[in-house]
Amino acid sequence: MSNPIPVKIVVAGGFAVGKTTFVSTISDIDPLTTEANMTAVSADVDDLGEATSKQGTTVAMDFGRVALSEELILYVFGTPGQDRFHFMWDELVRGAIGAVVLVDTDRLDACFAAVDYMEQAGVPFIVAVNAFEGVLRHHPEDVREALDVPSYVPVVVTDARNRAAVRDTIIALVRHAMTMANAPVS
Amino acid sequence: MTDHPEEPLSRMRVRPYTVTRGRTDAEIELGVETMIQLVAGKSPDGKIVSEARAIISLCKEPLSIAEISAHLKLPLQVVKVLAGDLVVAGHVATHGGSNQSDGRPDLALLERVLDGLQSL
Repeated sequence: MSNPIPVKIVVAGGFAVGKTTFVSTISDIDPLTTEANMTAVSADVDDLGEATSKQGTTVAMDFGRVALSEELILYVFGTPGQDRFHFMWDELVRGAIGAVVLVDTDRLDACFAAVDYMEQAGVPFIVAVNAFEGVLRHHPEDVREALDVPSYVPVVVTDARNRAAVRDTIIALVRHAMTMANAPVS
Repeated sequence: MTDHPEEPLSRMRVRPYTVTRGRTDAEIELGVETMIQLVAGKSPDGKIVSEARAIISLCKEPLSIAEISAHLKLPLQVVKVLAGDLVVAGHVATHGGSNQSDGRPDLALLERVLDGLQSL
């Protein structure tokens, strides 16, 4: 690996929606955990709400890596679930191919924040409905409507425990990112 | 860099920014996915904190900032500051990452990613 090329994607969504499972299913290595310290990285954030009083709060992120070729390494980062850790998302999405917003149809509201964030940040993203136990409880188009996802954003069905499904979901994201690179929506 | 006594990692967990002398901004912008690698023939002198030495020992092969943070159990920002110093000092080289700009991967790179995914 003389001249490696790292790329990354972000897996976002609400708490306990299956992000870590998604990461570990596709990763070549056991997922690793990295920590960021809020007091350090939030220095230029104006409004952290109640979080400002929690000096030294540490946020942990799980991530994995996938070798796509001899040189090409894909890192897959799970975002911290709670809203008050959004400061970390800026860091994660910078230079990323895009984001997969993972959705549990039983708790759609848990991913509102992620959809809003990606839209506002102009990050290419797709919505992936996680079919727990292989059961899809809601049609993807119903999810699109409920989340008010724009028509140009793909909504796909995935299974965070299934490697082929996770791979196909990431492929859908990359294809979407290519479309966006060709014809960005302003 | 100034002389710094060897400090056990356990103390690091309490005051992680001591090793960066309070700095939280790296000299250069490194992404969590940016990989760094030891530059051949560049062995650092003694005036280097033990945590920076630990980073160097991990980076004989290219390794991302996030992986270094995970392996050394050091906060991301601490690794960025120390790695940034090592890059500026010429001890390590960087591969990729958002130091190249805030831009996303271009189409040619996305094509390669797609090809790679399809061959998984």
